[in-house]
Amino acid sequence: MAEPSALSIRDLAVQFRNEQGVIRALDGVSFDLRAGQTLGIVGESGCGKSVTARSILRLIDRPGRITGGQILLDPAGPQAIDLTALDPDSRQMQQVRGGRIGLIFQEPMTALSVHYTVGNQIIEAIRQHRDLSKADAKAQAIALLGEVGIPHPQRRIDAYPFELSGGLRQRVGIAMALAGNPDIVIADEPTTALDVTTQAQILGLLQRLQREKGIALMLITHDMGVIAEMADEVAVMYLGRIVETAPVERLFAAPRHPYTRALLRAVPSILATPRQRLSTIGGAVPHPGLRPTGCSFHPRCTEMLGERCRREIPASVPLGVSGGASCFLPGASE
Amino acid sequence: MLVYLLRRIGLAVITCVFISILTFIIIRLPPGDFVDAYIASLAASGSTVSLEQADAMRRDYGLDQPLPMQYLRWVGRVLEGDFGVSMVWRRPVAEVIGDRLWLTMLVSLAALFLTWAIALPIGIYSAVRQYSIADYIFTTLGFIGLAVPNFLLALILMYVGFRYLGLNVGGLFSTEYVQASWSWGRAWDLAKHLPLPAAVLALAGTAQLIRIMRANLLDELRKPYVVTARAKGLSEARAILKYPVRAALNPFASSIAYLFPYLVSGSIIVSLVLGLPTVGPLLLQALVAQDMFLAGAIVLLLGIMTVIGTLISDLLLTWIDPRIRLGGR
Amino acid sequence: MSTTVIEPASSSGSSPPVGDPGNAAAEARFAQATQLQLTWWRFRRHKLALVSLIIVVLFYLVAAFADFLAVSDPHATDARRSFIPPQGIHLFDEGGFNPHVYGLKGVRDPRTFKLAYTPDPARKLPVRLFARGYTYHLFGLFETDIHLLGLEGGGRSDGIFLLGTDQLGRDLYSRMMVATRISLLIGLAGVTVSLFLGVILGGISGLYGGWVDTLIQRLIEVLRSIPTIPLWMGLAAALPNTWSVTQVYLAITIIISLIGWTELARVVRGRFLALREEDFVVAAELAGASQMRIILRHMLPSFASHVIAAVSLALPAMIVSETSLSFLGLGLRPPAISWGILLQDAQNIQVLAGAPWLLSAAVPVTVVILAFNFLGDGLRDAADPYG
Repeated sequence: MAEPSALSIRDLAVQFRNEQGVIRALDGVSFDLRAGQTLGIVGESGCGKSVTARSILRLIDRPGRITGGQILLDPAGPQAIDLTALDPDSRQMQQVRGGRIGLIFQEPMTALSVHYTVGNQIIEAIRQHRDLSKADAKAQAIALLGEVGIPHPQRRIDAYPFELSGGLRQRVGIAMALAGNPDIVIADEPTTALDVTTQAQILGLLQRLQREKGIALMLITHDMGVIAEMADEVAVMYLGRIVETAPVERLFAAPRHPYTRALLRAVPSILATPRQRLSTIGGAVPHPGLRPTGCSFHPRCTEMLGERCRREIPASVPLGVSGGASCFLPGASE
Repeated sequence: MLVYLLRRIGLAVITCVFISILTFIIIRLPPGDFVDAYIASLAASGSTVSLEQADAMRRDYGLDQPLPMQYLRWVGRVLEGDFGVSMVWRRPVAEVIGDRLWLTMLVSLAALFLTWAIALPIGIYSAVRQYSIADYIFTTLGFIGLAVPNFLLALILMYVGFRYLGLNVGGLFSTEYVQASWSWGRAWDLAKHLPLPAAVLALAGTAQLIRIMRANLLDELRKPYVVTARAKGLSEARAILKYPVRAALNPFASSIAYLFPYLVSGSIIVSLVLGLPTVGPLLLQALVAQDMFLAGAIVLLLGIMTVIGTLISDLLLTWIDPRIRLGGR
Repeated sequence: MSTTVIEPASSSGSSPPVGDPGNAAAEARFAQATQLQLTWWRFRRHKLALVSLIIVVLFYLVAAFADFLAVSDPHATDARRSFIPPQGIHLFDEGGFNPHVYGLKGVRDPRTFKLAYTPDPARKLPVRLFARGYTYHLFGLFETDIHLLGLEGGGRSDGIFLLGTDQLGRDLYSRMMVATRISLLIGLAGVTVSLFLGVILGGISGLYGGWVDTLIQRLIEVLRSIPTIPLWMGLAAALPNTWSVTQVYLAITIIISLIGWTELARVVRGRFLALREEDFVVAAELAGASQMRIILRHMLPSFASHVIAAVSLALPAMIVSETSLSFLGLGLRPPAISWGILLQDAQNIQVLAGAPWLLSAAVPVTVVILAFNFLGDGLRDAADPYG
């Protein structure tokens, strides 16, 4: 299990500043993405999953800003790069985007431009990172489209995105993310916008490509089922923080954080008795600008210990293969 | 695609018919008919027309028939290129209008291209550098451009040119070329005089287009495909110019459809102030003198040329947008 | 059923994790506000639009009290005092506060031997507040002769010429006050007619859809693709010469309002189409509310602000149209006074070079159009932060 880390996030903090004040979208996020493995990042909407993904590629829009921490590419290697230290518009950062880290989007419709053919957009990505002639790049693009399971790639390469179905578009999105031969791929809710059968196909495709190419996959989702299917390790996020990390079997067998337990209870089970009400988590995710004091989960926590949870912030999740939880409950951080 | 094309052409034809009806109404609106006015204008110059002659003229022009018939006869004549006779000039209307119609279109087209040439880069800049100082300056200038009616701007320019520079900034030709026939020298002279009226005309449209481009581009910049482009590793300039600018260009291009009639309208009144040899001053003279055949012909021709211009621009736009071209949404 | 279906979260910032932190009380206030209240709160944040609102209100106050603000009869001609340059009011005299203007004296031009009046510093005429002047009807009702400013003593030709005089010796400042009233009112009247047409046709179009919608939409497309000025010039020129000033005024109002309604109709239709799909309208329909009730109680309040914004953008267009037509001599006819008629005097470059103050009517035109545009923009942003 102890593959070297391909990407290490350390204490990453991102703030959005607007006229109403400062919002801490990420508040000290740390985790490791190991080479050739799949890290699932799970949490409710608005917990900072997508911001994490965009921060890594240095693509957060104004007024968002990285205010602290490090994003280390190849942390174990001799030439570790801290992405937070790079100018987002620099050539080096442009080479990282697509060349080292590919990004797959949630909305395959809006993530592709309707004004250019699929081929145009993929060939552009290929030639951005590889010194190929137009004809060679086109051959590459066709091969890539075939690889992601698009039938008749020679024909489809001249199609416009709006001529393709949702599933095919997402395959194009994946092909585009792989065009620069990245060794890390971030998939930001890649199946949320698709129907269930297509979801399964796309997940299968991602799994196959990840194994074949030895990609380190960071899979962002709010679906525990997807996590169980795909992930080697899991990081659970809540309000801009990682509250628990664990290998996937351990997370499902013995969740350590009350929030993780609540999330797992909310998953519909095939073993449930008919008409049994699905468990929900009480309350809603607070607005990131109104972060509760102490442990930010305490207002919704069913296992609250009292004053301590209201006042003190529990220690961050320990780094390491076995993971841990950021909680005061006994046994949480072992 | 074909359906769209036919629909678009059909609409243009309907518009032309609509314009012709309005023109006919304008011609017929003043009290008395054309023959009355003609007799009056002849009487003013000392000659008289007998009642029989008048009736013959009425029959000749079909004025004794019901209005719809009169309209059809008039359309028939117009389609043959016969716009009637100008009372003031005592010459066929087509002859009186002559070059002026083309010069009107030339000035409007020049203004259109100028509008685009200025608005496109500024609009892109304002959106990409939203809330920068330059953005505020352009926005303010744009608002002023929008607020000053272009005839006022023309007046102020005339005044400044006359008072402080001692030159007459009006006209489209230098004095030696006004009456000359077409030659390279005359064309070059025209090219030299064109920028000022074109700029005056273009100002309001430019202001409007900058705002449209800025708003559209701001919308497009937020869309996920821009992030996709950046995530591919494209440079910022390339990512923006290739994708969101391309998308924002569509509504921008379709702005011709309403900008062009607006510019033609504006050219009439600016021509009056700047003394341009377009149909503007002629139209005003004709209207004041109630020379309705001349006025009607000008209104009709301007309207139809505008419709044709708009149609061409629309078809071009259709060609640019793959969604319409391929019969998608 | 309440008409407020705005959740606080949906009306906040653009990037996903950003929003208004605000406290619970503020959120509750937010959640209970009506659409118009929300619009007003958002509008207050636009400083420029707020300033513009004040300017517009000031302009309408001028319009209401035009005769009171005028200093001399705007129609009174006096050939001997033509083209007098603007005269300031001198506030101090011999160390004390004593506002005065200079009287006029006749001077014979040494070359042309023409008698012309010029200010004479030797003759000081005191300026008084609330002085008596020409008789007028305040709001068209109360006969009075009180004016804000007036002269004490002085001859028939003397006067306060804040903006100079025109060729016929009429006081430009007084004419401008009266012109403001007519130009602004014609804008309002035109917008009212446009609004009526726009709301009815746009509403029908959006509500019924189908072929009615298609027909009205085609009509709008056709109207928008015609160059308007030559057309309206033709219509305006066809008005009979024998018509009275009032008749011409009404006719011009109708002619220019034919320009404005298409845009208003477009806005109304767009809102109708968007709202028809909204959950709260569907909910009201399912609850069995009548169509009239849905329109008046549920839809109207949520697009009233859009219509107000569209109106404030249509008003300047109306004012420009009137000004342009009158400037060409095809709109209002003297003795009516409007900004366009004042600018007509400035058409001749030779005259203008000698008396540049004739161009001063350009200032209120520009300012009021600018103010309406800012106001309309602010209102539109406030009514619909995404549109």
